[in-house]
Amino acid sequence: MPLLDVQHLTTSFHTREGIVRAVRDVSFQLDKGQTLGIVGESGSGKSVTCYSLLGLLPQPPARIEAGTARFDQTDLLHCSRQELRSLRGKRVAMIFQDPMTSLNPYLRIGDQLIEPLLIHENMDRKEALGRGIRALEEVGIQDAERRMRGYPHEFSGGMRQRVMIAMALITRPDLLIADEPTTALDVTVQAQILELIKKMQHDLGMAVILVSHDLGVVAGFCDQVQVMYAGRIAETARTGDIFHHPQHPYSLALQKSIPALQPKGAELYTIPGMPPDLSRDVPGCPFAPRCEFAEDPCRTADIQLKPVRTGHASACVRVQQGELNLQTIHA
Amino acid sequence: MPEPAFLQIRNLKTHFPVEKGILFRKQIATVKAVDGVSLDLRQGEILGLVGESGCGKSTLGRAILRLLPATGGTVILGGRDLTRLEGAELRAARAEFQMVFQDPYASLNPRMTVFDALAEAIQSHKPVPKSELPARVADLMKKVGLSPRYIRKYPHEFSGGQRQRIAVARALAVEPKLIIADEPVSALDVSIQAQIINLLAKLSREMSLTMIFISHDLSVVKHISDRIAVMYLGKIVELGPAGDVFERPMHPYTKALVSAVPLADPEKEAKRQRIILPGDPPSPMNPPAGCSFHPRCPWQIAECAKVVPQMESLGGPQTATCIRLKEIN
Repeated sequence: MPLLDVQHLTTSFHTREGIVRAVRDVSFQLDKGQTLGIVGESGSGKSVTCYSLLGLLPQPPARIEAGTARFDQTDLLHCSRQELRSLRGKRVAMIFQDPMTSLNPYLRIGDQLIEPLLIHENMDRKEALGRGIRALEEVGIQDAERRMRGYPHEFSGGMRQRVMIAMALITRPDLLIADEPTTALDVTVQAQILELIKKMQHDLGMAVILVSHDLGVVAGFCDQVQVMYAGRIAETARTGDIFHHPQHPYSLALQKSIPALQPKGAELYTIPGMPPDLSRDVPGCPFAPRCEFAEDPCRTADIQLKPVRTGHASACVRVQQGELNLQTIHA
Repeated sequence: MPEPAFLQIRNLKTHFPVEKGILFRKQIATVKAVDGVSLDLRQGEILGLVGESGCGKSTLGRAILRLLPATGGTVILGGRDLTRLEGAELRAARAEFQMVFQDPYASLNPRMTVFDALAEAIQSHKPVPKSELPARVADLMKKVGLSPRYIRKYPHEFSGGQRQRIAVARALAVEPKLIIADEPVSALDVSIQAQIINLLAKLSREMSLTMIFISHDLSVVKHISDRIAVMYLGKIVELGPAGDVFERPMHPYTKALVSAVPLADPEKEAKRQRIILPGDPPSPMNPPAGCSFHPRCPWQIAECAKVVPQMESLGGPQTATCIRLKEIN
């Protein structure tokens, strides 16, 4: 049985301007110790997917319209607040994009760090402080005892993200959700932090969901990747397959527009147009208006993620019907 | 050298005083944001300037354009020393150099339509009769790939990529010779990034614009630039043709930087050797003695803390500041 089993998750925002369908019919599974990457551009629904799972969206305006998310025995989307609270920060932990704003500037690092222990494990303060110091050492912060008494402004961006990781992992969670954990950091620091998450994952055997807009970060880190577009999963497969045998025109287009993968000076491929406005209900494939392979059926068909190769599912109707072979185009 | 470079930067310095006290302000330290940078650019060349946050790359860009004062050194653009210009002269000279900023959401006035923003730029430097303005603005918009249909729209009606196009158009309005683009694509999504990169490359080619492209993203810089300059703590540590710097970095810091760039190719990712640097970049207020990179450098020796390294080459056009250059390459 998978550790996390999400089925048909659908989340909308009910705003004055209308209903924004941020996540539509998203299903995926995650096993113990596995790493799943969710990639997509801004507004593709990757963060909302994670926030929905942890009940972190303000409702209203958000509303989880449908779906289940089984974590162990509990349905995260339908359990009581108490149940969710007892899981969140203990068995499921999250790190956010911006380490500058996710720590409380008025609290000492130590006090914030041991909070999960005091709440979830009823540990006494002294013991918790000891665990806190060890947690800081594990994430590579030197002089941890003194650092425990420091405030967030005394830490650099990379160190704050280390503190966030230490805090997330202090209760030894089974699942870590990292939402763009390195986007606000410099590349050399990004490399440090990704290496650290990998090491901690190895030591603790936890599952990780890594949300990122950077295909490069995901390529080096994840076992499985799912590409999201306009609130839906466009394609999901093992990491190597996504990059070498893309089965959705959007994934292919994304790869073609990355400068690092293209010969120097060559004109970069650009995807024409813009992502669709999610407050309007567009029939058919959401990528069709920007897709160079789109044909009439794409604009009306019922879009569903279906397996197209072993362990590889795509939401492209033409790929599903065997009309479109991106393989030849990719090579 | 057959002819003098189009843009010559000699030993440019921008130091900021750090002061303490309310009544009796005392200078307690100096932040050497840009500390002795020399560069030569040919006309029509694109120079990529990379480095991590706080290394002084934006300050350098601004100091060249006189948006920040230079505390030392000279910037010669087309034979004229920009650091010496004052008042009206400086204002007039500004038509020759323009800047494109990172955040297209913040760099456009929300209360001005595209027409207002572009017309203002045209009128402030090379005034044309009012009747010609709409045509001139429409030309500019076409040049950056925007439909003149949108001429009366406000910034909020555009997407991030379109706004960045407007910002580029505004920079082009005065027909500059030099453009400094400070992280012009960092706030944009990958597919939109590609559009702006293509646009800047095309404009530079067609108008033989000289450009300094500042970014923290090495792969973007490699793609668009002729040469790359790598900055660390206010100094240029490596300079060379873009391909060489990216494929065969010589300076230890560049080696680490290149190895840290995530590649969207799982097989290459699995094979490559990463150089993980310890710690964070030190504060420019208190840079380490000798080579400022030595405390984090995997190749450091005792000498490194004493000697300030100078630009050296191994014969080719690529230069770097490292006393062990020969040994480690």
